[in-house]
Amino acid sequence: MNYLEFEKPLAEIEGKAEELRAMARANPEMDIEQEATALDRKAATMLQELYKSLTPWRKCQVARHPDRPHCKDYIEALFTEYTPLAGDRNFAEDNAVMGGLARLDDQPVVVIGHEKGFDTKTRLERNFGMARPEGYRKAVRLMDMADRFGLPVITLVDTPGAYPGKGAEERGQAEAIARATEKCLQIGVPLLSVIIGEGGSGGAVAFATANRVAMLEHSVYSVISPEGCASILWKDAEKMREAAEALRLTAQDLLKLGVIDRIIAEPMGGAQRGRDQTIEAVGRNLRVMLKETTGKDRAALITERRRKFLDMGSRGLAA
Amino acid sequence: MNWINNYVRPKINSLFSRREMPENLWTKCDACGTMLFHRELSDNLNVCTSCGHHMGIRPRDRFLTLFDGGIFTEVPVPTPLTDPLGFRDQKKYPDRMRAAQKGTGEKEAMLVAEGEIGRTPVVCAAQDFSFMGGSMGMYVGNAIIAAAQRAVERRRPLILFSAAGGARMQEGILSLMQMPRSTVAIQMLKEAGLPYIVVLTHPTTGGVTASYAMLGDVQIAEPGALICFAGPRVIEQTIREKLPEGFQRAEYLLEHGMLDRVTPRTKLREELLTIVRMLMGLPPAVIADLPPPASFSQGPAEPEAEDTENAAPPRRPAPPDAEPPEAGAKG
Repeated sequence: MNYLEFEKPLAEIEGKAEELRAMARANPEMDIEQEATALDRKAATMLQELYKSLTPWRKCQVARHPDRPHCKDYIEALFTEYTPLAGDRNFAEDNAVMGGLARLDDQPVVVIGHEKGFDTKTRLERNFGMARPEGYRKAVRLMDMADRFGLPVITLVDTPGAYPGKGAEERGQAEAIARATEKCLQIGVPLLSVIIGEGGSGGAVAFATANRVAMLEHSVYSVISPEGCASILWKDAEKMREAAEALRLTAQDLLKLGVIDRIIAEPMGGAQRGRDQTIEAVGRNLRVMLKETTGKDRAALITERRRKFLDMGSRGLAA
Repeated sequence: MNWINNYVRPKINSLFSRREMPENLWTKCDACGTMLFHRELSDNLNVCTSCGHHMGIRPRDRFLTLFDGGIFTEVPVPTPLTDPLGFRDQKKYPDRMRAAQKGTGEKEAMLVAEGEIGRTPVVCAAQDFSFMGGSMGMYVGNAIIAAAQRAVERRRPLILFSAAGGARMQEGILSLMQMPRSTVAIQMLKEAGLPYIVVLTHPTTGGVTASYAMLGDVQIAEPGALICFAGPRVIEQTIREKLPEGFQRAEYLLEHGMLDRVTPRTKLREELLTIVRMLMGLPPAVIADLPPPASFSQGPAEPEAEDTENAAPPRRPAPPDAEPPEAGAKG
């Protein structure tokens, strides 16, 4: 278990309980169960306290937790017959973006998502979930295909943002993002999006301009990372707590603003402490959203999607 | 008496004479350092007469020289919620807004107008880099939507001049949502079969480049303009690679196939006219027949009063770095 910085006190207690139990395993005559249970209870209370009211910055940390289920986990657990389809037909295959055909229950769909990787090797392969232009262009290609064959599109968003690299810029990163957003708005099939971790800026919008947008309880969605915002507006990257607060990037605030449609609850202690439960919850919500949008005709889906974004911004948060 | 002579009088003198100081009359070229007389500079559309460097130009000044006789009508833009998030960094967002409004004499970072260029009716939208780095918030989104709607209503082409550090962070996620919103606006134009021409000016970066500024039927850039998604500083910090000379400049993008043309500001009017008329299926323009475009140093031509509530903005050309993008926009 990887503990976040703010979970340190919890790590201590859980560590102690674990230690006690290890000792007991070594000396069978020792009776520690009572003490260990007390520690467990203390840890559970602390976990609840910690997660009851996560600050926006802590939510960012939870959203980036390495043990959270990633796109690959959702695809493997929720879909059958996943058939990855690669390449943008122009330059390369982008491993930061997974995509292909799959079935959700019996319904064939196109599924697209950012994959961050789970260890050093896969993280490097996946470029930490930061897509290059080819990733967006592959997504455009797959969305086009979905549109032609009447398949719903499901996107799973989990990216720190677009990749700030030389090649990505030379190959027209901005244009690629713009075209992907444009494509999201053009397709005549249901487009459903779940922000499962980090919804970072343009890289997220390119996939999440959807008929329905859901967010996991502790995921974040923002125009810029709190660190980036802090270094620009506060001239001090260490002010990320303040920036996270000001940016209103939590699922709860975004629901109030009308930017997202639903929040998917996470198990106590975050998705990383209940991976299967989280994946199941996402599956349930995807099925609901799919039901809500299935059966509508092309024009209705396109109009509804456009209307939704045009109307955005009529609700504020200011107290 | 001494105190008055030595302190008060010089102070008063300095206060009054400041207005006559040549800072308004002479501008130093950012690129070659040549001192340029204000009239010479504005007659040349803020392009250095010595080295051809393109300095910033305010939307109103651009429109005065773009539209026939400097005559245009502002297209009203619906006012969005002010400060939807209650945003506060080192300053409160409404305070930053007021300062920007006071400093620029404009309401927000985009101006939309309709009028004629070479007797060809068009709708134009121009982003104002001196207003909080031209940053894209809800107002800019509303402006693009208003511009597209007007163009569709009147069946006119839309010409958009982009200039921005990116999205307006003080509007958080709602600034990000202007990417899809502005894209919807551009789709309305395309579906109506109307041309959408983008002129990318220095600098166009971030979410602006990654949405409406890259979706033109024709993409033109002014020489030397920085055009990118992630800015050069961010890239250098992230990847610790040395970036090549001219990286992310208009000419570099042209070479990499991201633009149709790089055109000097002084040739833009004619070029836009030529392109728009061809795309609209109109006969060639007779350039010689037209009244010369107004020079903005002659003062503003009176736009029709209904939409223009603001006083004439300062005539002084704003250097591109008058307000760094940091002030309101992400890079």
